[in-house]
Amino acid sequence: MIRDDYEMVIGLEVHCELSTKTKIFCSCPTEFGGEPNTHCCPVCMAMPGTLPVLNEKVVEYAVKAGLATNCSISQNSKNDRKNYFYPDLPKAYQISQYDKPLCNHGHVSIETPEGEKDIRILRIHIEEDAGKLNHDEYGRGSFVDLNRAGVPLIEIVSEPDMRSAEEAESYMRKLKSILEYIEVSDCKMQEGSLRADVNVSVRKKGSTEFGTRTEMKNMNSFRSIVRGINYEAERQIELIENGEAVTQETLRWDDISGRTFSMRDKEDAQDYRYFPDPDLVAIKLSDEYIENIKKALPELPESRKKRYMEEMDLSEKAANFVTSSKYYSNIFDEATEKCNNPKAVSNWLMSDIAKVLNEREEEADKIPFSGKELGELIELIDKGTISNSIGKKVLNELFENPKAPSKIIEEKGWVQISDEGAIKEVVIKVLENNPQSVADYKAGKDKALGFLVGQAMKETRGKANPQMLNKMFIEELKK
Amino acid sequence: MNITDLTVHELIDLLDKKEITSQEIVKAYADRIDEKEKDVQAFVTVTTDDASKMAEKIDSEGRNGKFSGIPIGIKDNINIDGVKTTCSSRMLENFVSPYNATVIDKLHAEGLISLGKLNMDEFAMGGSTEHSYFHNTCNPWDLNKVPGGSSGGSAAAVAANLVPWALGSDTGGSIRQPASFCGIVGLKPTYGLVSRYGLVAFASSLDQIGPLTKDVTDSAMLLNLIAGYDEKDSTSVNIEKKDYTKALVKDVKGLKIAVPKEFLAEGVNEEVKNAILEAAETYKKLGATVEECSLDIGKEALAVYYIIACAEASSNLGRFDGIRYGYRAENFDNLREIYINSRTEGFGPEVKRRIILGTYVLSSGYYDAYYKKAQKVRTVIRDEYQRLFEKYDIILTPTSPTVAFGIGEKSNNPLEMYLADICTVPVNIAGVPGISIPAKLDSNGMPIGIQLIGKHFDEETLFRAAFTFEQEVKFRANNKPEFKK
Repeated sequence: MIRDDYEMVIGLEVHCELSTKTKIFCSCPTEFGGEPNTHCCPVCMAMPGTLPVLNEKVVEYAVKAGLATNCSISQNSKNDRKNYFYPDLPKAYQISQYDKPLCNHGHVSIETPEGEKDIRILRIHIEEDAGKLNHDEYGRGSFVDLNRAGVPLIEIVSEPDMRSAEEAESYMRKLKSILEYIEVSDCKMQEGSLRADVNVSVRKKGSTEFGTRTEMKNMNSFRSIVRGINYEAERQIELIENGEAVTQETLRWDDISGRTFSMRDKEDAQDYRYFPDPDLVAIKLSDEYIENIKKALPELPESRKKRYMEEMDLSEKAANFVTSSKYYSNIFDEATEKCNNPKAVSNWLMSDIAKVLNEREEEADKIPFSGKELGELIELIDKGTISNSIGKKVLNELFENPKAPSKIIEEKGWVQISDEGAIKEVVIKVLENNPQSVADYKAGKDKALGFLVGQAMKETRGKANPQMLNKMFIEELKK
Repeated sequence: MNITDLTVHELIDLLDKKEITSQEIVKAYADRIDEKEKDVQAFVTVTTDDASKMAEKIDSEGRNGKFSGIPIGIKDNINIDGVKTTCSSRMLENFVSPYNATVIDKLHAEGLISLGKLNMDEFAMGGSTEHSYFHNTCNPWDLNKVPGGSSGGSAAAVAANLVPWALGSDTGGSIRQPASFCGIVGLKPTYGLVSRYGLVAFASSLDQIGPLTKDVTDSAMLLNLIAGYDEKDSTSVNIEKKDYTKALVKDVKGLKIAVPKEFLAEGVNEEVKNAILEAAETYKKLGATVEECSLDIGKEALAVYYIIACAEASSNLGRFDGIRYGYRAENFDNLREIYINSRTEGFGPEVKRRIILGTYVLSSGYYDAYYKKAQKVRTVIRDEYQRLFEKYDIILTPTSPTVAFGIGEKSNNPLEMYLADICTVPVNIAGVPGISIPAKLDSNGMPIGIQLIGKHFDEETLFRAAFTFEQEVKFRANNKPEFKK
């Protein structure tokens, strides 16, 4: 939390690697990893004389992202060269888009404590990723790996509309969720396929002018985004309060020390000498092309949320949770189709399943079982085949070794005893062994019933149908 | 019969009649190179040993097509897998290419055999081949004169019978001007007709690969081989494939030819001017309509050219940074010094001059005044050609305001060197095709070339007009380079 009399102004430039099969300007695979320089060809290694050819899928994916974030799609667009020298940039220019991006002026809405809020998107453009430098730990030099060079990216530039680290996190989560829904990126932050440059400035509340901003480069976890923003805002406020000026600069956030470091100073301000790439032709999109992509877009979170609340009677909180990730939402749809009990499905997702993921420090994409399996589990509980507490054990099994829940309970012998004869036997045995409790019950102590039921459960190792037990005890005690 | 005197279409006739083998042809050229290369110095890399093996293979396995077993020379900025591509630069002195240019793939598919890589101005920047890092190339008509440039090695090799034909590249006249200086035929095709994939880029929006040949027939045949859409080059144009040899008809009746007066004005050598006027008379005599017209774009075109070409070059040549391939300075203490020292030591003065110019015109604050404005003027120039081509089929101009000049004569005066491009540069700016064909020798025995300019993708009309002129004046039959020392 920052001082009450200040507010933060935050804008994000989000880089998202697209999950096309091939690179943006050649046919090398985009696959993550691999031995250094094995996913390369003369084109992405910038051999003299090679030429780029734009991968049309990249345009399609970027248009999808634009439509899903309410952008207007530019029918006349082009590629520009951004010139600078760095060993991970083999051509000494990055092919990007300068003054005519593919998508303009969109927005996404986020949840805040004050309600829904729109974050405006200035633009989305396509560009190529750079390679990677591996610095030798013994100081023998740096090694260039060009596997990532030419992997397609979209850069989503927001307006400076966020006012807290939490809003920035919500926005980033929302973008991630949308990009996952429309299947243009795997959004694996730990692999760098989703990362953000975060611009932060502070100003006195009520002021309409922006303060001097700093930019933290390449933030690739929600946690570091939140920590980085809070650190940076506090640092800036302290400077201002001490009568010093904030320097506009590029910073590197260090997760271990929890502070930012300056990357380059002002004297080094780069002139990228943007100009249209003469090796590529203009990108022209017809109305029909854009319309076809629009038609093929999957159902987006906003619409799913509405459907869940209106047709399935979920609370807003539950609907928000379920739609927060494509993976939750898809499991929810599948499970509900199977068991026809949306409330139970959302409860399982929000409580037990989220808890396990949390313990494992994993995201929803790591859920190892299908929605159908979850649906079956709920169905088994609803039918009384297993109890709720057995259900939780089945869920743990699903995480460890996913297979059909009916098979799990069969193999583990967890089927609930619902046979009247068998239950009666247990009930009579427990009554015989606990005369004091019987007497207590008859003397009006209702609590004694719970004890007797507990004993019966113990006797059956939890497999007896609790409702039937209850009913039978009452009947027997009345005799 | 002297094999190396023959044109390619003459060689093909002999091969077809089995009067000659591919090995004999390659041997004749290897011997000729042994004899004359020391005087002309057209090559950077000679690959006649590999060529002999290829010829042997073709002779024993049989020819699989018309051009199978025919040798060719390649300008040293076009990539051949496994062969050095130096661009006549220290920067790429030891660079062995890992891939084939599209034009090379096409030639290989037809069974053509490369005799080697030909000298040029460093990275194709220059008009005399004096900017080669390795050595000058001499003009076969007078060894004290330059062969022109930047495809000077290609032109000199064809003129000196060191190769039967060659590929060059033309960004502002780099095929046509050396062809003119060396008394041979040089074609710059319409921008987009020939794939640029594998041609080391100088200025991407202007570069085209084209043929340098002994006569117009060979030019049309070589264009047949290299033209066509290439999915690896987004700027190549997908048009129907043509057989340009069908245009080789001696007939210009009804053809409308324009002679822009501005291209015969001050600065153009008197003998060159007269050669153009004579050519105009020849065309008239053969039944064409020839009219004087106005095309007042020379100065602007030159300015536009040196802005756009340098801007693109400054970016295209960024990849020569000493990191992945090419020259790396031995002494450096940090990354910045790898870049600065490698590029300082690896590039020659002309290349550096153009990189600096190009960097300047793209800089923020200057972009609008130079690069953006140049693009606008480029459109105006294109429209000017369009306007003329509504009325005429062909524009006739000199290829160069002068004949070949002496080695060392202009090398210390870059501006004068730039002005020599005034006749050829506008053609690249407009993207239209242009061909240079030899007309006559001047009083000192140096060739004078005439330039014919055609409409976009109308190489046929160019070939028809060029062929007709060639058949009429019979330059090649009457004149031979003398290797004057």
